[in-house]
Amino acid sequence: MANHTIAHNVYVPFLEKKGILSWLLTTDHKRIGIMYLVSISFFFVVAGILALLMRLELLTPASDIVSPHTYNVLFTLHGSLMVFFFIVPGLAASFGNFLIPLMIGAPDVAFPKLNLGSYWIYLLGTLIMLIALSKPADTGWTFYTPYSTTTDTDVVLLTFGVFVLGFSSILTGMNFIVTIHKMRAPGMTWHRLPLFIWASYATSILQLLATPVVGITLLLLITERTFGVGFFDPAKGGDPILFQNFFWFYSHPAVYIMIIPAMGVISEIIPVFARKPIFGYKAIAYSSLGIAFISFLVWAHHMFTSGISSLAATIFSFLTFLVAIPTAIKVFNWVATLYKGSIQLHSSMLYSLGFIFLFTIGGLTGLFLGALAADIHLHDTYFVVAHMHYVMIGGTVMGFLGALHFWYPKWFGKMFNETVAKIAWFLIFIGFNVTFFPQFFLGVEGMPRRYATYPPQFESLMSLSTYGSWILAIGMFVMAANLLVGLFRGEKAPQNPYNSLSLEWQVPSPPPHENFEEIPHVTDWTYGYGKKKESEA
Amino acid sequence: MTWIPEVASNLASKVDGVLWVITLLSLVFFVLITVLLVFFAIKYRRRSENDETPYITGSEPLEIIWTVIPSVLLILIFIYGFVVFKDMKSPPKDAVEITVTGKQWLWTFDYYNGKKTLNELYVQQNRPVRLVMKADDVLHSFFVPAFRMKQDLLPGRYTQLWFTPTKIGTFDIFCAEYCGTGHSVMRGKVIVMSPEAYNIWEKGAEAEEGGAVASLPAAELGEKIYKEKGCNACHSVDGSILVGPSFKGLFGHDVELQDGSTVTADENYISQSILEPQSQVVKGFQPVMPSFKGILSDDDITAVIAYIKTLK
Repeated sequence: MANHTIAHNVYVPFLEKKGILSWLLTTDHKRIGIMYLVSISFFFVVAGILALLMRLELLTPASDIVSPHTYNVLFTLHGSLMVFFFIVPGLAASFGNFLIPLMIGAPDVAFPKLNLGSYWIYLLGTLIMLIALSKPADTGWTFYTPYSTTTDTDVVLLTFGVFVLGFSSILTGMNFIVTIHKMRAPGMTWHRLPLFIWASYATSILQLLATPVVGITLLLLITERTFGVGFFDPAKGGDPILFQNFFWFYSHPAVYIMIIPAMGVISEIIPVFARKPIFGYKAIAYSSLGIAFISFLVWAHHMFTSGISSLAATIFSFLTFLVAIPTAIKVFNWVATLYKGSIQLHSSMLYSLGFIFLFTIGGLTGLFLGALAADIHLHDTYFVVAHMHYVMIGGTVMGFLGALHFWYPKWFGKMFNETVAKIAWFLIFIGFNVTFFPQFFLGVEGMPRRYATYPPQFESLMSLSTYGSWILAIGMFVMAANLLVGLFRGEKAPQNPYNSLSLEWQVPSPPPHENFEEIPHVTDWTYGYGKKKESEA
Repeated sequence: MTWIPEVASNLASKVDGVLWVITLLSLVFFVLITVLLVFFAIKYRRRSENDETPYITGSEPLEIIWTVIPSVLLILIFIYGFVVFKDMKSPPKDAVEITVTGKQWLWTFDYYNGKKTLNELYVQQNRPVRLVMKADDVLHSFFVPAFRMKQDLLPGRYTQLWFTPTKIGTFDIFCAEYCGTGHSVMRGKVIVMSPEAYNIWEKGAEAEEGGAVASLPAAELGEKIYKEKGCNACHSVDGSILVGPSFKGLFGHDVELQDGSTVTADENYISQSILEPQSQVVKGFQPVMPSFKGILSDDDITAVIAYIKTLK
């Protein structure tokens, strides 16, 4: 691949500069990536603690730790913070920022200042949300009307915060699209691009096209609450189902904004630790685009019991099954990549295999919810809670943690303790399954979601789920402590500890500010592992 | 704990059929993927840094196979789900019609003969029922797990669902669409009766119930109403705080209201709180209680007050 033997400049790692302004005013995509990483990790921890409180309350059927109203606030904040402040910006903004220029052989993103602006907008949205905490909303993260227009909690500021965040998402998406189109190094053709780039590209399109819709929806909600204009409230001539249509028109594609980057991550990790080319490169690349496209056409599968017409329900059920096809294709290709490999179970590889296992459960349980008759029974029960968390934690968070462990040496120039990382992975994997697997059965039994108190017949499985959340929390704590200790005490990381062929590993760890001393010339794809046969060589 | 709730309606076993078919197909794929994952991870584990691996980049026949087979299966699942859904959406013409109203946080049921019940839906075994439903305030969802039935209730629009109860007994009704502070206590019961029992209930239950009720001492009648009319969902009698204030030690004591004033909880205060709950909201609670005007009679209210007096 690229050749960088001639040293023109003295190597200065991008982390070298100190001081708060060197961060807040930076236009370096790697530093902006770190700021996102720190911010989203903070919200992941906060929202995770809220979840632990909820599970503690649900240990017994009665309301004994917090009042029902407080419980409702807890799940509203847990959902809103996790979705809008952690997982939507998530991998796309943190690792997307860090990796896209490095992987395509560019010195930075196309619009570095706009990139910094996007982060400031994210901060602004965060501040607005914090003010809203003086009287936190109790609507659930979905803000369904007419409850959200009638509750006396502060819905306006929270939704306004989310509205502002949307601009950050839109601008980041646009920036990445232009970067991927215009900044690729010579020879980095579309079909040589790492699959993480394809995934980021698909994600960016979704961010750009879907986010404005939720922005408008929340603005209409704010207008209705503030000025009494009836868009959604039937008492004022509005239609509550209209809100649901608008909301899910964004929030279903948003599910793929959250998961596609994680799919990109594991498409990078698996070939490196199997020492095999990715199986079915084009199938994986184009299935990302396929998912992105179909994801715009399935939103009403969240609404089969809402009162939409049976015809609409039928059409959306059919389209929902279509989106399962490209997803299944990806899973088969990842598994096939392992065939005849030389598999090393590095912690990031364990997270990747964990992803395939858990995401498969998440995906297959989605079939129950897509099938009309089954969804009527399962909708708004714990089955949905479990399915959603298998996709979001089992999928996205596993991908996120895999990325964190995989690119940690490159990003921070340090190594972490691999044994501790494996123990943490094991605790997280067990804890996650003990927490969420029982919830599938709770859902089939009929336990509705968003219940502060619940009938006694559900107690045994509910408390099992709570015990699981403790194991999960311990695992997360060990994982985070290990990575933090590594930052200060870790050994210095080599340039390319896993012998990866991808461009980001061909520069020092951590990379210099300008990434590449000389823009590389790319002559082969990223996945040329293994011994070619005579005829192919 | 069983795997699946009781089968108590004509549609329940059909829905279970869909659930089982998807479960089996899912298990096949789940086992296939997991076994391959574990098998490959063990068989092809790295033995040395110099392991030689083949340069395999894909296989078109395989891509076609694992696109086409799942596609066909997915479409079959869709069709099966749709066929049962069609049954769920097609009530028979002779179904008994009952009007359901959901409001924060109780259910009321109006029957064709003018009867009205609260949180308890009375139906006859093997006789189809069509529920015509609306919400008074925010969204609710009528969910009976034993019937595998769920439908949202909307303000300003009617929605419907139907079922034929097949089993005599009492089954849970849950509100499945989040509706505010008391969402998790918005529960009721469906009481499925034999044709004979239903006949008696239909014609004479009121008189019979009234007769039985009249002979109870006021405090005991109050306790019965407290439990049956859903007061217990929000008001405890042991001092714990639920959605509303506890009844324990309430009577005769001073209560601080939202506007800072103080009133003594006497007969008039309690009566007014039941009939016009928003007029005197206790500090620290939300103005969310529905009015029980028309649901509780004057005698009922007197009985509830007598019951509260006993909760020292």
